[in-house]
Parts: sequence; C-alpha cells; structure tokens
Amino acid sequence: MSDLPPPYTALTRHPMLARTKHDEAARFNFLTHLNRYLSGVLGPGNRLAYDTRVLPDFQARHGRDPEHRYEIRDAMNQDQFHRTWSALKRNSMEMRQHNGRQTVLRQIDELDALARQFNEHSGMLELDPTIRQPDYQTAVDIHCQPGGYHGEERPGDVSAGANYDVGIFATTGGALGGLNDGGGQAVVAWAKKVRPDWDPKRILDIGCTVGHNAVPIALAYPGAEVIAIDTAGASLRYGAARAAGMGAKNIRFVQANGEDLSRYPDNHFDWVQTTMFLHELSAQAMPRLLSECYRVLKPGGLILHVEQPQYSASMPLFEQFMRDWDAFNNNEPFWSAMHGQDLKDVMARSGFAKDSQFVVGVRAVVDRSIFPAAETEEQEDYGRAAVWNAYGAWKAAAQEMAA
Amino acid sequence: MTAKDAESVDWIARAGAKAKGRRPDYFEDPAIDRLLSLAMALTAEVSVLRERLDTVERLLEVKGGLNRADIESYMPDARAGEERGEATRGYIARVMRGFQQDVEAMANPDPPITFWVEKLSKE
Repeated sequence: MSDLPPPYTALTRHPMLARTKHDEAARFNFLTHLNRYLSGVLGPGNRLAYDTRVLPDFQARHGRDPEHRYEIRDAMNQDQFHRTWSALKRNSMEMRQHNGRQTVLRQIDELDALARQFNEHSGMLELDPTIRQPDYQTAVDIHCQPGGYHGEERPGDVSAGANYDVGIFATTGGALGGLNDGGGQAVVAWAKKVRPDWDPKRILDIGCTVGHNAVPIALAYPGAEVIAIDTAGASLRYGAARAAGMGAKNIRFVQANGEDLSRYPDNHFDWVQTTMFLHELSAQAMPRLLSECYRVLKPGGLILHVEQPQYSASMPLFEQFMRDWDAFNNNEPFWSAMHGQDLKDVMARSGFAKDSQFVVGVRAVVDRSIFPAAETEEQEDYGRAAVWNAYGAWKAAAQEMAA
Repeated sequence: MTAKDAESVDWIARAGAKAKGRRPDYFEDPAIDRLLSLAMALTAEVSVLRERLDTVERLLEVKGGLNRADIESYMPDARAGEERGEATRGYIARVMRGFQQDVEAMANPDPPITFWVEKLSKE
C-alpha cells in the first residue's frame, strides 16, 4: 500500500461515533492531508530558516549560540517563514475543531439519547458532581478544543467527548488506527511481550478522557477490573457509552481527580497507567498525582506513563523548540515545563526507586493494511507522532522495600 | 418557549465557538491573520467540492443514476480511496506551491536576477 492516509470513512464506526455526512468526512480528509503536508513538506523549512538566517543573525547579535529553547523560539517567532507555518498549522487545528463541532452538535440530540441509553444499562459510568475541574484544565481550552474536555453545550451532554473522538483522525493522520486506540494497543502489545503470563486483576487508567487507550487494555485483560478516571464528566459520559457500544464490560468510568485517590486503599492496583496525560497537569499537580499512583500501586505492580520524549540534555535545542510548538500555539500550557523535567527524577521523588524504572519506545499498533505506519523521524509531526516513550517502573516488592 | 427549545443547541453558532486562551498574532497586521483563515477555509471547501464531484462521478458510473442518500453514505473502497487521496495530495501541492517553493529557495538560494543580468551582459 502507499503511504497515503486512508479516507476518513475507514474509521471503525462504533455505535457512539458521530455520523459524518459526505462533506464532513471530506473536510477531515482535507485536513488529514494538509497536516501531513505541513509537517512533511513545509516542516523542514523551519530548520532551513533557522540554519540559514535565524541562527546566524542570533550569533551576530549575541556573540554566542542560543542556550535555551526559549531563545530559539523568540528568534524564530520573528522569522517570516516560521510565523506563516505556525499560522497555517494553528488554522488547521481550529478547522478540525470547527468541523468536529459542526458534525457533533447538529446530531447532539441523538448522541445524548444514545449515550444515556448505554450508560443507564451498562452501569459503567460513575459521576461525582463534587469533583471540581482543576485550574490547569480550565485556564485555557486544551489543544484549542472549545470547552476543553469538560465543557457542555447543555447540562449532561456528550459534545466534548464526541468531538474529541470524531476528529482526532485528522490531527494524527490516521496513525492511531480505526478506533484511534493505537496508543493503548501499543501498551498492551508491550505488556504481553514482556510479561506474557501476567494476570493483573485491578488496573487504573488516570486521565482517560474518552477511554481510547483504556478500552484496549480492558479488552486484552478480560479477567481484570479496569477503572478509568478523569475529572471531566462530559468526556466520561461519552467514553463510558463508547466502551459499552464496543462491547467492553470490565471497565468503569469514574469521575475523580488523580491528585486525590483517597477513595482507593494503599497497594490496591496491579497496574496504574497514564497515556499522553501528564503534560496536561501542572508543576504542583504532577508530583502529587505521581505520589498517589505510588501509594495505590501494589508492590510488584506496574506503573506506565506514555508520553512524547522528554527534553534531555542530549536533545538538540532546535528539536526541543519544535516539540514545544503546541505549548505556545495549541493551548498546551504545561507541555513545555513538563517535557523539560527529568521524569525519572520526578518518579523517583514519588517513591519509584531509579533502579526499578525503565524507559521504552513504543509505536502505535494499528491495522497496517489500512492505516499508515507512524512517521519516520525525518517527517515527524512533533508532538503528534504516534511514536512515544513509555516511562515506567515495576514497584519494588514488599521484601525488597523492607530490605 | 418549551423546555425542549430551551435546551436546544444552535449548532451552527456554537460550533464556531472560540477556544478559551488568547490566540497568538502571527502577522503584524491582524487583517492578514483573518485573511489566511478565510483562504484556508475556502481551500478546504474546494477540496470538499472536488471530493463530492468524484463521488457523484463514481456513483453515476456504477449505477447510471443518483440519489442523495447514496452520496451521503458513500464509502470508497481501497482503490477509490487511494485515487481520491492522491488527488487531494496533488490539490494541496498546487494550492501550497508558494510556501513549498519558499522552502526550496531556502535550501538552494539564488542571487537576485539582476546579478545574472549584469554578469551575462559582460561575459
């Protein structure tokens, strides 16, 4: 097959997926191709602009090289090519939201009714109206999704989750597969490979949004009870209905904040998972949340955080700057600071001894007969590529901790 | 106003809601930011029209007739999907030519044409 993205209609139409009219699907097709063009064909122009004029100009002014990605950002933001490229990309993100919201909101009555039906029958949704949306979720609408993950167009609706699900194909170029679950599938493939006989009984997914990455875990471990939590009830309503529509039975969507897991006892879960989530917290929230992860995880259990690579000292500053684009242009305000931290140190401070930690590269697992392979490094759309680092640890067993 | 009306959503108006968070200014003149948004939306709509026409052509070719429900529910098979994808790729390459050639010019910079005019007038 060619490396062209598949048409939007190749997505698996699970019952809760908003139905697209011909032209709505065609708009997503255009945006999918546009995004690949912006990263693959025009993206290299950023490097060229930097090498041929921005860096020489910086060196002439300061008599030295840039020492931080923010210095590169300030200089690149004066460059006409980078500004134009950023403007094109920002518009593409906004157009994806607009098309997703038109698609979802015109059929919101049907989607809400269907979700209500699924959720009343499945018993897989547990909302808690006392859960407050954290400031880091409400300061701006994350990745330019109007209303964020938590917003409602009317009380109790599923518009936030439905829009998230219907359009993620366009921003990832189909690289997440038919159910947009290539990340969760990758985690499952990794776990099955390293621990083929592992039989986890209780699994916690924190910051699950609509459960893209939690449902594949539940389906792969039918003997486990999966708890998927998020602060955003609007996303959970959709996610629980989506999971029920897909036939998952061993997963519950619970409205809760990962910073306070006091509803769960110590040493309760065999596996605690976050997928592309830690960058949506804040500097104070992240260590609180990781400490709670440590507390509720059983000795011998697995913690796994799937993220884009952290900015290590060995990562060139220009690459750090490119990976930072979403923080400043796509409403991901903690992205920059989070990736600037050494996650291994942060996890160590939360209790996970460094010798119990590991980092492993994972790629989206999708049906390759239909969906494209994740980008190669050269054409990577930084921040959206379906290639991740998983930062994990097997919590030391009790006897090791006592020793 | 009935209870249902009170809860109904003006989907066209609400779909265009702005995301919370101040939008960066990409150009000195805000009119250029607005015009780029307009141009990109139109660019998308032309692509959508072209794809719809392709659907109509394919349905007519196979069925000899047409109804609108068939257009709305049309799903290209793998080969048609590939052909349409290729067409979209070509379309984007045409409308984005100026930006792409700007990248090429950075990779292989040329002197101004006056340089060659003067040089060739002497050599």
